[in-house]
Amino acid sequence: MKLPYIKFHLRDIKRGAAFLLILLPTVLVCLPIFLLITGSVMSGGELQQHLAPVFSDDAAFVSWKAIPDYPTFAHYGKLLFMTPQFFVLFWNSVRLVVCILAGQLAVGVPAAWAFAVYQVRGGRALFTLYIVLMLLPFQVTMLSSYLVLNRLHMLDTHLAVILPAVFSTLPVFLVYGGFRAIPAQLFEAARIDGASERRIFLSIGLPLGKSGLLSAVVLGFLEYWNMMEQPMAFLEDKSLWPLSLYLPEITWQQAGNAFAASVITLIPAVFVFVWGQDYLEQGIVFSGLKE
Amino acid sequence: MKIRRSGAKSRKDTRTFFLFLTPSILGVLVFVLLPFLDVFERSFRTVVTGRFVGFGNYATVFGNQAFRLAVGNTLRFTLVCIPLLVVIGLMIAYPVSRFKSAGVIKSLYLFPLAMPTATIVIVWKIVFCRRGFLNLLLTRLGEWSGLWGEVQTDLLGTKAAFWVLVFSYIWKNVGYTIVLWLAGILGIPNELLEAARADGASESQCFFRIVLPNLKGSLYTIVILSFLNSFKIYREAYLVAGSYPVQDMYLLQHLFNNWFVNLDFDKMAAATVCVGGFLFAVIMLLQRLWDSRDM
Repeated sequence: MKLPYIKFHLRDIKRGAAFLLILLPTVLVCLPIFLLITGSVMSGGELQQHLAPVFSDDAAFVSWKAIPDYPTFAHYGKLLFMTPQFFVLFWNSVRLVVCILAGQLAVGVPAAWAFAVYQVRGGRALFTLYIVLMLLPFQVTMLSSYLVLNRLHMLDTHLAVILPAVFSTLPVFLVYGGFRAIPAQLFEAARIDGASERRIFLSIGLPLGKSGLLSAVVLGFLEYWNMMEQPMAFLEDKSLWPLSLYLPEITWQQAGNAFAASVITLIPAVFVFVWGQDYLEQGIVFSGLKE
Repeated sequence: MKIRRSGAKSRKDTRTFFLFLTPSILGVLVFVLLPFLDVFERSFRTVVTGRFVGFGNYATVFGNQAFRLAVGNTLRFTLVCIPLLVVIGLMIAYPVSRFKSAGVIKSLYLFPLAMPTATIVIVWKIVFCRRGFLNLLLTRLGEWSGLWGEVQTDLLGTKAAFWVLVFSYIWKNVGYTIVLWLAGILGIPNELLEAARADGASESQCFFRIVLPNLKGSLYTIVILSFLNSFKIYREAYLVAGSYPVQDMYLLQHLFNNWFVNLDFDKMAAATVCVGGFLFAVIMLLQRLWDSRDM
């Protein structure tokens, strides 16, 4: 018997691969978000029913419903209007992120400018030091940060989280990438025209190096909105905690709140992501250590 | 072209350089470098009395079973994850580089980077727990094909937890790997590929002889960045399983955190010096390796 002859065109395989490449991330990205959103508008009883297998020794598997039987905004209402603690933590997060980013720019942008524009003896070595420091994980700097924060009596205040982050060297590196992209002849021309170094920095460097700055802001926001290790180590008072540490504290019995809080935490990150995606990509490329 | 500067000019340059750099350098000195010296000094003393013990703390650390376990697991995690991430990223980026709609796909892959860890962990718990969605899917698949029965492995409380971490790491980090690979691939001059094709080179020859060798710079960046980010998997690990997870998941980060909580500062100082020194050496080596290959 002759088998039916099936011919695979290379084009078909390619089309299939392309389809897979799009399908895969769509599923892996959209399903979690879908789960969070539907969970946040599901009534408490329904959630309990679906999720019981997660936290008890029930024999059944977890289940889910795309459209809840009893859709409700009660969890959001409860979180936003009846949980003052949530508000405190939300503003803690905002405050920490804003202060850190502002500080990083104030300190890091001039430093990046110095490295990008002035060739000075020892400059390369210093820059290498900055690269090494930017690559050290938190665990390696944890003890040293603790010791200095303790000495400065800053433990258990927001400064304990803000100050070490302000002097992180990663933003210097990102902004440096933006400044390096400006042709150096521009500076020479401005100098010949009699512009002061400060003037060159403010009128040429900042406007033209804006993309590097913004990519540092976008990457920084996503990083510090998600910050966990530092506040966990240096903040004992739970009323000082950021939102990222509050979520794990919610028990499964209040699953609805956990879902609603997750969605609310996610919103600013999504907003920054959508607004700053170009800068995010640029930042990732700038973080390439070879210029 | 470099213009040789006169002595006065370069002196002025140096002054301006330090004027711009001073705030940053002072902060780094106060918050990182000087405290690090303090840690170095403490690594030779006991924590309570401050008595000098030479390399005693180092001996304790290296004799410590938890330390060995954690180093082993961390190394294993890095050695599994980084090659996997690098290869998967390239396997996705190369075809995507020819799509017209590359931008949309890139955003899709990048999105996990924006997703707060605490948020995604809730989802992972529902998916990977004993009666979670993954096991449900596997069970249904087994029933459908008749090959296996019900699957009820606790993916978070057994050896499988390690692979859940690997999955989570790749899920989160593959986006920027793709962006970096894409930047590298798009940086290869098109004439190079066209000339090769005109000379009759096959697709695979083009890929292995032209594309790959031109991506060394991207590879270096990707390896360094994925290494840096591999330490952040602690967030997922901690949120899923707390301070003392199953053995396979016990990473250096857990150990440091537990020492920190128990105020074992002497051990921690010695371990900090070791791990910091090791990382410093690796970074320097990678950089040296890269520079010499570049020539």
